[in-house]
Amino acid sequence: MTSIKQATAPFGRRSLLKGALAAAGVAAMPSLAACSSSKSGGTEASDAVSFGCNAAVPEPKGAYQTLFTAAKAKTGLAVNVNWVDHNTFQQNITTYLQGNPQDVYTWFAGERMQYFAGQGLASNVNDVWNVIGGSYSDAMKAQSKGADGNYYFVPFDYYPWAVFYSKSLWASKGYSAPTTWDEYITLAGKMKTDGLIPLAFTDKDGWPAMGTFDYINMRMNGFEFHINLMRTGQGWNTPQVAAVFDQWKQLIPYYSPGFLGLTWQEGANQILNKQAGMMVLGLDQIGTIFTGSNADDLGFFPFPEINPTYAQDSVEAPIDGFMVCKSPKNSAGATKLLEYLGTAGAQQTWLGSNPADIATANGVDTAKYTQPQTAAIQLINSAKNLSQFMDRDTLPSFADPVMLPAIQQFLSSPNDVSSLLKNVDAQAKTIWATNG
Amino acid sequence: MSSITLSPPRRRKRLMRYTKRDRAALSLMAGFPLLLSLAFVWLPALATVALSFFNWTGIGGLSDMKAAGLENYRIIFTIYPEFPPAIEHNLLWLVVFFVVPAPFGLYLAMQLNKQIRGSRIYQSILFLPVVLSLALVGFMTELVFSPTQGLVNNLTGHAGQNNLIDWLGNPSLNIWAVLIMAVWRQTGYVMILFLAGLKSVDPSLQEAASLDGANEWQAFRHVVWPALRPINIVVVVVTVIESLRAFDIVYIINQGTNGLQLLSTLITANIIGETSRIGFGSALATILLVISLAFVLPYVYITFRKDTRS
Amino acid sequence: MTAATFTSRPSATEPDGTVARSHRHRAGPLRYLLHAFLIGTCVVWIAPVLYALYTSLRPYADTAKHGYVSVGGSYNLSNYTTAWNEADLPLYFKNSAIITIPALLITLWLASMVAFVVARHSFKINLLMLMIFTAGNLLPQQAIITPLYKLYITIPLPGWLSDSGHLDDSFLGLILIHVAFQTGFCVFVLSNFMRTIPDEVTEAARVDGASEWRQYRQIVLPLCRPALAALATLEFTWIYNDFFWATVLMQTGANRPITAALNNLTGQFFTDNNLISAASMIVAVPTLVVFFVLQRQFVSGLTLGASKG
Repeated sequence: MTSIKQATAPFGRRSLLKGALAAAGVAAMPSLAACSSSKSGGTEASDAVSFGCNAAVPEPKGAYQTLFTAAKAKTGLAVNVNWVDHNTFQQNITTYLQGNPQDVYTWFAGERMQYFAGQGLASNVNDVWNVIGGSYSDAMKAQSKGADGNYYFVPFDYYPWAVFYSKSLWASKGYSAPTTWDEYITLAGKMKTDGLIPLAFTDKDGWPAMGTFDYINMRMNGFEFHINLMRTGQGWNTPQVAAVFDQWKQLIPYYSPGFLGLTWQEGANQILNKQAGMMVLGLDQIGTIFTGSNADDLGFFPFPEINPTYAQDSVEAPIDGFMVCKSPKNSAGATKLLEYLGTAGAQQTWLGSNPADIATANGVDTAKYTQPQTAAIQLINSAKNLSQFMDRDTLPSFADPVMLPAIQQFLSSPNDVSSLLKNVDAQAKTIWATNG
Repeated sequence: MSSITLSPPRRRKRLMRYTKRDRAALSLMAGFPLLLSLAFVWLPALATVALSFFNWTGIGGLSDMKAAGLENYRIIFTIYPEFPPAIEHNLLWLVVFFVVPAPFGLYLAMQLNKQIRGSRIYQSILFLPVVLSLALVGFMTELVFSPTQGLVNNLTGHAGQNNLIDWLGNPSLNIWAVLIMAVWRQTGYVMILFLAGLKSVDPSLQEAASLDGANEWQAFRHVVWPALRPINIVVVVVTVIESLRAFDIVYIINQGTNGLQLLSTLITANIIGETSRIGFGSALATILLVISLAFVLPYVYITFRKDTRS
Repeated sequence: MTAATFTSRPSATEPDGTVARSHRHRAGPLRYLLHAFLIGTCVVWIAPVLYALYTSLRPYADTAKHGYVSVGGSYNLSNYTTAWNEADLPLYFKNSAIITIPALLITLWLASMVAFVVARHSFKINLLMLMIFTAGNLLPQQAIITPLYKLYITIPLPGWLSDSGHLDDSFLGLILIHVAFQTGFCVFVLSNFMRTIPDEVTEAARVDGASEWRQYRQIVLPLCRPALAALATLEFTWIYNDFFWATVLMQTGANRPITAALNNLTGQFFTDNNLISAASMIVAVPTLVVFFVLQRQFVSGLTLGASKG
């Protein structure tokens, strides 16, 4: 492993915030003057790159500020940022990309990335990958390519989904991590008799349950089946998928009471406050609850094995990163900036003391990581396949409008699976027919 | 005792009586807003209706739209499981809004119109929910109705694991929790409309009626209620619009899933964001438009024809 | 329809000077009952807001530990200072002012003009126009957004009006859509109000030689003050609290109105609800101010009353 430049002096949260406050004044100015002056979209040799960033919230914003300062020092490029909050950015991505996008923008890997690339709303970044390709695993590379084989995405950070628990609670009760489904169920039963909520589960927001589906499907039917189901929408009304739901039924009695009315934060707090034993969630989410002195109390184990053929070879690890809009004003600058952002050093600068994500490039100094972060790297490195999470792996018009309510329907009435799957399949056919 | 006189019927004004300047002024006064409304509201609305017969991702132009005939409508009416609950909830919303906030708002307006002490404070408090932002109302709904953390469950002892009432997650219950918050908001709104309308009712009319021996209810029925006619029209239309267009509170709670489906949230789910099922979403929007028009247009037409003739 | 003349209402006295009967003997038990009912209703009404206010005074760590229905931990204004600093509220307040105030004034102005034409004249086209405006208000915003967005990215604007060169991503674009969208409702309400103004008033002016424009400006408009005040309050609230048009038709985050500021405090997954609560309280202040300022207009002041004798 090549050694890399150490990250710049570690910023405490306070100074990051102060930096954010100071820089926010500058960064908040609408800085599109540089972009609107020339409409040619050709490669200018200017030293400013515009950046559409979905991190208007103070904490990641401060991290990005630090990152862009370092970028300027390293590459000489000034980064003019359009700050938007995460959910708004995501919700409005279609209008954003067709309207007035910045040169570089934050986005996610998966079908969502391939979809926009396929619609011609992104430029390929093969030039960038010629430079950074050496630092990435094959799984990463696969996730960064569009359907046509070109690179469209530069990964930045990601995090795994796993089964999380409070280490101190487990130590006090003498639990140990299960590796098979039967052990998982037995442990849940034990937790119930011990007066805990065995499985913290919350699905008011709809998306947390998708993680459980993905894992059970990958464990029972294998990664190929799962990804194919996600990408093509074919095969929902099959015995294999029905079996996934049947298996899932076994977990429901152990779930948090009233789970359809609880947010993931309430569930994570149940783990933190030692009211619940285990929770299937992503590190990115639960890492924001287990902060500060609690950070190292967070433990996890990979989702248990169901079918020994597939064992635990797949990990759900959504990747966040950057793309380039279809006609950037400063194409050369964008490439240069991305070449920097794709390095482990840049990612380490951004991560700072963020305990919820891990860098995507190889060669990060893990001495600064919390225990969960280090364990997360090991989990992902040991995986043969990486999935991106249902709402990133499948068509957006299928994930939230169809699967989200379907899963909630299943959780409300677990015995009505066959008619549910028939309907999901019928809807999937119409959606893929018109969106293909 | 003051007598009530009726004005002579409105004389028809013939266009010839207007000067050229007047005609120009009137044309401009009505024409420019009309143009604005047609361009930015009606044009997109009609385009939406047209789009419902196509399949389109929202990206690209006319060449990217594929004709679909009635396919989108077929899907909605046959295999889209979210549609029947949405219609049901919108109609429920309509009924509840007619039965609770409209009469209650009227009652409050009548009482506060009496100029009793502190009426301005009462009005302000009752109007307060209307001015609060969506994020706050959503948070307050959580605060009150959350199964484990909410006020209702904790005060009534239903927050434990065994006797949890799932106000937000139980699909049969959560629409009622939302309707409570919606009524909470709507009442103040209706009250303000009635208050402004009651200003056109001379109190001496009521005096006259009570001097004639009528009690409060009779005075209301025969004197106040007829005089409230113009504002009643507004309140009826507003109630219909607000129930069919309801969106905010439901969206902020769970984006309109699991028992909180509404036509507007379905439209949002299919048009906004990355989903890009523009044709399908437009079909839903067209259905909503047709339902709304079916309620409102005949009503407005009849009442205004009657008024013009009177 | 009863005729109406215009009286101001300093107090409810009969023409002969005695206090009207309905306003004597008012300290009866019924009145106390009414106050009790109103107070009770108001307590229930304001309870959620007070509770949210209470929560906003508590740091997130306390409520995460003890739950929201609890007493204890520290109480301070830290959420408020954090919200003010981190959400960059002054910038967004400025944006909201740029959008809301012109939109409000233009809407009321245009709507009153249309209502004047429709309600006080008998053109054959009036009913159709009224229905056009009323029906335009029926659709939810989401229903028309895609064609509207396409329209916006095609209409060009000179550079000094819009950074993006188009109606999309410009303040003017937002103001226009608010005006277009809200005018329908205001036309509907104002035309109903204007119908209650008797013809004699404008007839008299017309006989005196006043043009239509003068009749509108100097006679009808002032008489609509209660309705205009009520509408101004409502419209200000709606335009100010809107987040939909702003997020879709304005892509530059720094130009969005105050509702975007609240979003900026919401993380991708994690939300500090106490902070949002504090920020929402701050954000609600302008609407409350507008309400208090305008309340007098539709509570007291010039009213329409029946003619006497």
